[in-house]
Amino acid sequence: MTPVGASGAATLPESSPAPGSPSEPVVAFENVTVSFGPEPVLEDISFRVEPGETRILLGPAGVGKSVLLKLVNGLLCPDSGRIFVFGKEISAMREADLFELRGAIGTVFQEGALFDSLTVRDNVGYRLLEEHLPDDEITRRVTEALRFVELEETLDKFPSQLSGGMRRRVAIARAIVTNPKLILYDSPTGGLDPITSTTIIELVMKQRDVSRTSSLVVTHRLQDAFMLATHRFSREKNRMVPLPPHQADPHTSFLMLHNRHLVFDGTTAELVNSTDPFIREYLE
Amino acid sequence: MALETIDAAAKRGVLAVQEYVVLSARALGNLFRRPFYRSDIFMQADIIGVGSLPIVIMTGFFLGGVLALQSASTLTQFGATAFTGQLVSFSMIKEIGPVVTALMVSGRNASGMASELGSMIVTEQIDAMRALGTDPLKKLVMPRIVATIVMLFFLVIISDTVGILGGGMVSVVMLGQNGSQYFHTAYQSLEYPDVLQGLVKPIFFGFIISTIGCFYGMKTRGGTQGVGRSTTQAVVVSSVLIIATDFLISRFMIGIFGR
Repeated sequence: MTPVGASGAATLPESSPAPGSPSEPVVAFENVTVSFGPEPVLEDISFRVEPGETRILLGPAGVGKSVLLKLVNGLLCPDSGRIFVFGKEISAMREADLFELRGAIGTVFQEGALFDSLTVRDNVGYRLLEEHLPDDEITRRVTEALRFVELEETLDKFPSQLSGGMRRRVAIARAIVTNPKLILYDSPTGGLDPITSTTIIELVMKQRDVSRTSSLVVTHRLQDAFMLATHRFSREKNRMVPLPPHQADPHTSFLMLHNRHLVFDGTTAELVNSTDPFIREYLE
Repeated sequence: MALETIDAAAKRGVLAVQEYVVLSARALGNLFRRPFYRSDIFMQADIIGVGSLPIVIMTGFFLGGVLALQSASTLTQFGATAFTGQLVSFSMIKEIGPVVTALMVSGRNASGMASELGSMIVTEQIDAMRALGTDPLKKLVMPRIVATIVMLFFLVIISDTVGILGGGMVSVVMLGQNGSQYFHTAYQSLEYPDVLQGLVKPIFFGFIISTIGCFYGMKTRGGTQGVGRSTTQAVVVSSVLIIATDFLISRFMIGIFGR
């Protein structure tokens, strides 16, 4: 399969500013390779997430999308290459230092990964509890985050009492409660029905358009990806609205993984006009 | 082919020992680093210590009783039933109290730790905890190690006491012995090294139970089947290690104190 440059999409320019400079990207991968056995899972991956940008990571199931996401918040270490998050090289950081950095990253896991022995309040307010904030403030901020995902009434419930879609929404509330600078979504709509999936995508869009938080969204569902690219969240109507025909959100762009490599890195228009055989097959 | 299998198995074994040592060292190192999860330690002490109290009291009592029964039937042949108390207290304090209590706590809590942490691993809750900026070794493993070591120490003392009382009750009520003689010999024959041996063992056993339970929990792979496998392995390995360590500590203490 053709590497990124060959598909005509953007690669890391050689004259790009070094991570750590004022225009530094939120996330920068430089030739990252990771393997769990003799064969690499991801090979020579390079891309960037700029401030305020939403990057949608596409690819077939089992291609390593979740692995890539875990590399971003340091849950996994690359075998070679460098990873910068907020200008810091996390691939060279100690685990103890990574815990501090992760405080500025919100992560929504594939199945929500809520703590099943804690109530929704304690799940959403987990970080605040760890910081020993006053109880009143924790309840206020948790309620605020739950209002964002329209689940205020679940404050005292346990995750087992919620539906799959509600659990994902609580996971989003947990990720945004501390106003992180970067949010990682790992298949937020995986295994959900179409109506619930639309609700989740609307929340991702709301966070993108209201808070302008940088994010990396992993999905294998094209309809979710294109909905994010072709809609915007309207504060007036309090719901998502489509952008005019043939227009796409300028802050939303795509990455595509296939066969260990990043085969596409570019805008919505570049993706739909790509002549790469795999991308054409994937889109059709 | 056979050589390759042995080679792979040996590598897996060495890697497992290395991972176990790293996990234990990092968890213990967290004792001296902030934040210190005091409330988690108390919660685990309640689950492990107070929760194990009924089974420890029951087993201690009946072990003491059966020791008295068995010792008395043998001692009768030599006309030495007066030493029943001494035998019961010696056996309970030096060996049976610490070992059986540790095995009971291992069956109850090493399995509990392995299944709880294993379930958290397979449902990505441990990853979520790390992603939320909390070290699971500090939040989950360290409190379990501290709580098990401290609580097992006291559980063994309770088990020894209840065992000697159980032996006394059997001696007096069922065997018709003199209660005052039983407790007198049980107490007077004990020396400082005997008590020390009985109190050093639970510290090592508590460490084994908690670290093995947490280690197998944290290395769980493969869904619910993996959780079941980790739970079984944790109980089996900790039980074998308890008995092997008991032998080593006994040999070491006897070497030092001569009894």
